[in-house]
Amino acid sequence: MSKTINVAESVPNQGFFQFLLEELKPKGKIFTPFNIISFPIIILGLVIIYLRFKNGIGSVTNLTQEVPWGLWIGFDVVTGVAFAGGAYVLVFMVNILNLKKYKPILRITVLNGFLAYLFYSAALLLDLGRPLNVVNVVIGNNYGVSSVLFLVGWHFLLYMLALFIEFSPAVAEWLNAKKAHRFLTAISMGAVIFGITLSVLHQSGIGALFLMAKDKIHPLWYNSYLPLLFVVSSVFAGISMVILEGSISHKVFTDYMDKTDNKHHNSILVGLSKICALGMFVYMALLVLVFIHEKNWVHINSPYGYWFLVEVIGFVMVPMLMFAYAYRSHNTLIIKIAAIMTLIGILLNRMNISIICYRWEDTERYVPSWQEFIVTLTIVFIEIWVLRWIVRRMPVLRSGPKWAAGSH
Amino acid sequence: MTLSRRTFLKAMGATAVALSVGKEATAQTSGEEKPEFMAILYDSTKCVGCLGCEYDCAEAHGNPDYEIPIDPPMRKTDDKQRTIVNHYETSKGRIPRKMQCMHCNQPACDAACLTQAMHKCPEGPVIWREDKCMGCRYCMISCPFDIPKFEYGSTNPQIVKCDMCIDRIREGETPACAYNCPEEALVYGKRSDLIREARRRIVEEPDRYYDHIYGEHEAGGTSWLYLSPVPFNELGFNVNIQKSSYPALTKGFISSIAPVDILLPAVLLGIYEATKSNNTKEEDQ
Repeated sequence: MSKTINVAESVPNQGFFQFLLEELKPKGKIFTPFNIISFPIIILGLVIIYLRFKNGIGSVTNLTQEVPWGLWIGFDVVTGVAFAGGAYVLVFMVNILNLKKYKPILRITVLNGFLAYLFYSAALLLDLGRPLNVVNVVIGNNYGVSSVLFLVGWHFLLYMLALFIEFSPAVAEWLNAKKAHRFLTAISMGAVIFGITLSVLHQSGIGALFLMAKDKIHPLWYNSYLPLLFVVSSVFAGISMVILEGSISHKVFTDYMDKTDNKHHNSILVGLSKICALGMFVYMALLVLVFIHEKNWVHINSPYGYWFLVEVIGFVMVPMLMFAYAYRSHNTLIIKIAAIMTLIGILLNRMNISIICYRWEDTERYVPSWQEFIVTLTIVFIEIWVLRWIVRRMPVLRSGPKWAAGSH
Repeated sequence: MTLSRRTFLKAMGATAVALSVGKEATAQTSGEEKPEFMAILYDSTKCVGCLGCEYDCAEAHGNPDYEIPIDPPMRKTDDKQRTIVNHYETSKGRIPRKMQCMHCNQPACDAACLTQAMHKCPEGPVIWREDKCMGCRYCMISCPFDIPKFEYGSTNPQIVKCDMCIDRIREGETPACAYNCPEEALVYGKRSDLIREARRRIVEEPDRYYDHIYGEHEAGGTSWLYLSPVPFNELGFNVNIQKSSYPALTKGFISSIAPVDILLPAVLLGIYEATKSNNTKEEDQ
């Protein structure tokens, strides 16, 4: 496995297409536990996607007239975008604040963000009843400019482009395209500045999507600060995802990494845990403010109230304290556990707003069908496959070829 | 990473685009002054619950074989039927209530729609336009009355809702339900005239009516107005609905987009320039 790694740097003389063909072949073991689990699920998911286009959305989902957005939107888009927030936070830290320490994990984070957005928009297309008309949003004279969704869509789309530009030097290094590399590196600063701006707006925009659902979401979760809460929580949600992904890829992709000492990786984790703790503190402060402002204590002594406390205390306050403690004691195990808890908390929050506490007064509740779960898993698995393919070929975790050094 | 003048100018250009989009957005939500919307007044004290309007509506929308299911006592509009009349047990006995799209003055669905498929016509009706809709169902999330229905079973699904018989209105005719109503429980006319008429009825017969016109101010005012002999919550209305329009809820967010799109890049550039000296120092080491 480890012998094939340097192929990318030695190929340019072979001819471009031969090189590409060579690169398309799988690298690494085929029968890993992950492949054995994910492959059948992906096949099943593709069958379900086929059925969805053949028989309509209702044939594979449990969506109703009352709950028109289910797991595909609630998880893939609303939750997934928060999880992918690490890209803009890290880009801000490295490229704007000049915190060089975090540079080793920048490319993998940007790549993760880009792929997440790419696949979540694919999931979004599955959920559209008339997906061909999506062109109306991009071209033509049908702009619904007063729509939050329109603005989210455009910011989303442009941000994907920005992420691609930010990542593109790695592609150029892989293809040994020196001229393209110089050009792409030159324009990436614009992409950085715009990427951050676009992120702040679409992260908050996803919260703003639910502003008009005022009578449908439980008052403990609905408030006029939703956009602000969404953007603040995307900071530590994204960073927690970076911590988790970093820890996983540190184990899985060891062969594709530079031999950096563990010490440096740990100091990155400790630094990130401080940011998480601070972000979560701000988020908690906002939650308390909203709670008092909306006089929400009347709702606390009810099943939904207890559920709210589970989310806010169990999965925001506790991991916040864990991050703070781990920052002081440099305990990376606690950082990782806190990151997982934070991610669960964000998942709970987004699911509560979009599904669990949406139409909470109805007697008939929406529960996702098994097909919806399988398709969601399929999207995530394909994304991981593509991520793995790229990491094993392009200089994502390791540094690029010598000619590219210093220009970035 | 260096920042050339060209990239900077590019960045500013893109900002200008973003700004222009944002500006338009705020202009649209603030709502143009409406000419005079047409409306329908439904007087539940006159309605005898014959359900004739359900058949007329079905026929007018291409479903002449419509049959009213007997089973669920409380029915809802769905992806086939645009209007429903249910009977409610109230403090003044069994009272019918017709349900359909309220045709808000400032509809949430229209503001939500990112392709202008949901559209408030100058005549008053809120209609759905097939060629524009991409089926995202955000209108269903946004509508406070749960009116737009989606054909989940179709490969080319439509959003189904009352269109107030827009084709008939444009030809100067009365919507099918109001045209055929045998008891004149449904009256079609200019919205302001109907509000006056409703007030007159309440004043002249205060014992017969509950002193409120549902739809005069609900959700910022609607083109469907209701009179009832009992408080409206007894007829299953959402009486907690806000009096200002629903699009107003997102106005703050939408109008903040343009300033953020402009100011944040400038701030980021500033921070970038400020930390640059750090950069060179570190590289020297």
